[in-house]
Amino acid sequence: MNVTRTLASSVLALSLAWQAQAANVPDGVTLAENQTYTFWLLDAIKSMDPQINTDAEGSDVLRNLFEGLYNEDEKGGLVPGVALEHEVSEDGKTYTFKLRDNAKWSDGAPVTANDFVYAWRRLADPATASEYAWYMELMQVENASAVVAGDMAPDELGVKAVDEHTLEVKIDAPMPYFPQMLVHASTFPVPQSVIDANGDNWTRAGTLVGNGAYTLVEHQLGERVVMEKNDTYWDAEHTVLQTVIALTINDVNQGLTRYMAGELDRVDMPAGQYPRMEKEYPDQATSVPYNCSYIYMLNVGEKGPEALKDVRVRKALSYAIDRDIIVDKILQGGQHPSYNWTHWATAGFEIPDIEYADWTQPERLEKAKELLTEAGYGPDKPLSLRLQYNTSEDHKKIAIAASQMLKQIGVNLTLDNYEWKVHTDRMQSQDFDMARYAWCGDYNEASTYLDLMASYSGHNNGEFFNDDYDAVIKDSKTAEDPLPLYQKAEMILADEMPIIPLYHYAKVFMLKEDIKGWPLDNLNQSWYAKDLYRVAE
Amino acid sequence: MVSTRENTVSAQALPAKGRSPWADARRRFFRNKAAMMGLVILVFVALFAIFGGYAAQWSNEELDYNVMGQVAELGGPSFETGHYFGTDDLGRDLFARTVQGTQISLAVGVVGAIIACVVGTLYGATAGYAGGRIDGLMMRLVDIFMAVPYMFVLILLLVMYGRSITILFVGIGLISWMEMARIVRGQTLSLKGREFVEAARATGVAAPVIILRHIVPNLMGVIAVYVTLLVPLMILTESFISFLGLGIQEPLTSLGALISEGAGTIAYGTTWQLGFPLLFFCLTLFGFFFVGDGLRDALDPKDR
Amino acid sequence: MFSYILKRIAIAIPTLLVLIVISFVLMHAAPGGPFTAERELPPEVMANLNAKYGLDDPLWKQIGTYVWNIVSAFDFGPSFVYKDRTVNEIIAQGFPITLTYGLISFVLAVLVGVTLGVAAAIRHNSMLDYIAVGMSIGAQVLPNFVMAPILVLVFTLWLGWLPGGGWQGPEYWILPVIALSTSFMASIARITRSSMLEVLTSNHIRTARAKGLPERRVILRHALKPAMLPVISYLGPAFVAMITGSVVVDIYFSTGGIGKAFVDSALNRDYAVMMGVTILVGALTIFFNLVVDILYGWIDPKIRY
Repeated sequence: MNVTRTLASSVLALSLAWQAQAANVPDGVTLAENQTYTFWLLDAIKSMDPQINTDAEGSDVLRNLFEGLYNEDEKGGLVPGVALEHEVSEDGKTYTFKLRDNAKWSDGAPVTANDFVYAWRRLADPATASEYAWYMELMQVENASAVVAGDMAPDELGVKAVDEHTLEVKIDAPMPYFPQMLVHASTFPVPQSVIDANGDNWTRAGTLVGNGAYTLVEHQLGERVVMEKNDTYWDAEHTVLQTVIALTINDVNQGLTRYMAGELDRVDMPAGQYPRMEKEYPDQATSVPYNCSYIYMLNVGEKGPEALKDVRVRKALSYAIDRDIIVDKILQGGQHPSYNWTHWATAGFEIPDIEYADWTQPERLEKAKELLTEAGYGPDKPLSLRLQYNTSEDHKKIAIAASQMLKQIGVNLTLDNYEWKVHTDRMQSQDFDMARYAWCGDYNEASTYLDLMASYSGHNNGEFFNDDYDAVIKDSKTAEDPLPLYQKAEMILADEMPIIPLYHYAKVFMLKEDIKGWPLDNLNQSWYAKDLYRVAE
Repeated sequence: MVSTRENTVSAQALPAKGRSPWADARRRFFRNKAAMMGLVILVFVALFAIFGGYAAQWSNEELDYNVMGQVAELGGPSFETGHYFGTDDLGRDLFARTVQGTQISLAVGVVGAIIACVVGTLYGATAGYAGGRIDGLMMRLVDIFMAVPYMFVLILLLVMYGRSITILFVGIGLISWMEMARIVRGQTLSLKGREFVEAARATGVAAPVIILRHIVPNLMGVIAVYVTLLVPLMILTESFISFLGLGIQEPLTSLGALISEGAGTIAYGTTWQLGFPLLFFCLTLFGFFFVGDGLRDALDPKDR
Repeated sequence: MFSYILKRIAIAIPTLLVLIVISFVLMHAAPGGPFTAERELPPEVMANLNAKYGLDDPLWKQIGTYVWNIVSAFDFGPSFVYKDRTVNEIIAQGFPITLTYGLISFVLAVLVGVTLGVAAAIRHNSMLDYIAVGMSIGAQVLPNFVMAPILVLVFTLWLGWLPGGGWQGPEYWILPVIALSTSFMASIARITRSSMLEVLTSNHIRTARAKGLPERRVILRHALKPAMLPVISYLGPAFVAMITGSVVVDIYFSTGGIGKAFVDSALNRDYAVMMGVTILVGALTIFFNLVVDILYGWIDPKIRY
């Protein structure tokens, strides 16, 4: 590959202000003797390999064992990780990262640009067979698609080490939020020598070598993960927590009970428990906005029911569901009722004026009945639909409530509960009428939501194919200020109603009051144990 | 929660001697206090399941928006609100839900037990009557099936093919037929040599007819006992399946589903959500256990 | 006797094969696969994955390879979901845990159950009898998924005596064992009681008593052994039911045993782990039934094989 562009030519040099790294302990605070932090995991960690891991819980652990180019701060902004800063070329397609020279692996070897090159190639390499290989494509790294497909060798991926501490990445098209994507665990570096020596076993406690603030001490699958402070970490000096323990508890209610018994420092709140806990333990019960959005997807495609091809029916369904009841009476954890797709707290995003959002529920109900009659449905021609949801106490409750709400406008909803895999499989083969769906943003920017409804998106299971929408999304990619386009996209969704927005998530949890440094304002709720500390009571 | 040998009926369970064995058995049964209590309980549960719905002030699917969201405070059992057993987390009337759950649990138990008995009886009677190699082969097959971890297969079936009430009925029933087959085979072997069977065979009656007309009716005692004792096991199995979240689909419910919902939230001050369904669950199981034990004792006079 | 055991082992092999084929076919016929994900994987990635795990072969060949790997190398393959572990490793980690609390529960259930049953039978119609019967009936109908959260609530949250879950040492064993063993204890107590009552009225006991043997000796020497027969035949199914119960224990007490591993593997379509656990449980069931039969023959020499 011929890379001739010099760094000097780049005009868009984004330099990150130095921010306090690691635990930001204010003066005058006495730290507790005990610096152990124990948190809750719903399930066993599937893999400790950054390029193999696929789920959010795994990422929570990986962020402590490894460190990528950038980390997130308590507000979700980028702070230096292994990279100190980067420069972007004029055409916005070449990123050059300056890596710190004091980053070390836990076996003492230095972390170099080559480790990133190795990890990224490994992610895309068909031989790795990573389920997250597409992340390289999402990042639009040059040749990613061809490498993933096996048409090009992994070393043709658009990433290279200019020198030990300079990493250069080429992407296919300018993408303003590219740096935000680098906090994702699948981009973390991995030590080639250890992997070559141990094969798939390299992630075992004792063998795993990472560059994060913690090292893996014990991993009992489905029982616990124990991590100890890593003294070779470049900022070990400012890392306060000594031991981080993750306990797997498969039942949310059991989790809360064991939190109350003092076995955990943090646990997610079961639905409906927040008001009570908030009253009894105001210092511990917490609810913050969380980057996910909950909808019912409607199948408007060919295999979908005839009725849903009529926009009046889709609107009627949407209007008739009372979001306030779902949020205030079922979930009760500070979630926001939603009438649009993108999470309200997404950075740089403002919800446009969606008309029906401002109506009262009786008004919506009135309108819904009108629309349904107009569409030709009524007492003598009742509308029957199936609503499919995956197994979960919360989804079940919401679905039951929705079926009762739709009954008011004469729609019979049959509930179909499937296991996650079956649910997903049916959605992907368009074998549904209405299906519960939720999306958690990969990064804090509206495109992570809005891209999903484009006709070419792999998530658009309801087959909402709309040329205007596609055009708006395409324009937004290169727009100086994409907000108006994002809002336009939302308006199209509200007009066409291919999805019924229900609510925007909140992360609702219990956190012991002596644990400080939790990133409450981080919409992704990405946390790093190195930023936390326990104060003396 | 699988069929247990505890409930097998000893070989002597047949009303073998006596002028009127059934009358004897009936007398013994009605004299058994525990069995009578069981019967009374079962009648009560059955009446509750059939007529309970008429006593409910709410339907089993209506959401009480006044209660919803404050179930721990407002959703308790009360005559004023008409929720005699309180409400579930969504504000649905637990009384009506319990009635519905009892109906379904009884149905699952009875249908499952009947399936197990029909399959087991036919299989066992055929094997026993045929004898020889066929018998050997059929019983080896039963041995093989006995080693299959059925709960696993059932979980697989439900996970993979979605939960339908049919799979639940059939799957639960099929878990327990092998035990029945063994018992029936043993009984058949001893019946085979009896005069009336010999006579039928001598007059050229076809084997299936002999099995259905002459053998099976003589096994009714064993079958009755076995069915009665199998029903509670089926109900327990269903409750376990419900606990795994693989049971009956909403808006239908079963006692097992109600209990597992209630058990999850016992720490949150809504104990009635566990208590009432559990009460009916236990009553039903008690009833069947007592009646089953009583039947066994009544039909198996050697004990006394 | 020896040839009987051989014969039983010979049956075990086709049994396991049937089990393998049934599970394999069921599993693969189910909608969704191990790599079905919310974000539909690009076809090329899916192809890579299928190639890596041999899922692109025809089903018969997959079964053949699978069985061959087990027979030739005792290799159950890599987990499809816990990608940095093999099935052997997952079972090696989870099975000892399940075995520990399972065996303790089993032994405890038998010891306590039999003692309680015998005591109730000896003091037939006494207060002790009623209490034993009442308790055991109660324990038998109380599902363990109701008992488990109550135990945690009481012993962990309210009393603070025991950890509510995990697997770090003997204090972590107590709650799982209670949750798992209670209903079996109750069943065994009931069976023992009724069979003991039956034996105590039998002729040979009357003879023993008539000979003037001390009651203690009559019971331990003459009555207990025959009274154990129904208990022993209950042990086989009890064992299977315990494995089922371990699912509840694993979920509520996060012990990391194989019960949860099985349910998870079914939900995640982790074909390899699911097969491994199914085969393990199948083999154990066969083995256990054999042991039960041998025990049975030992106690009751009238039985011929």
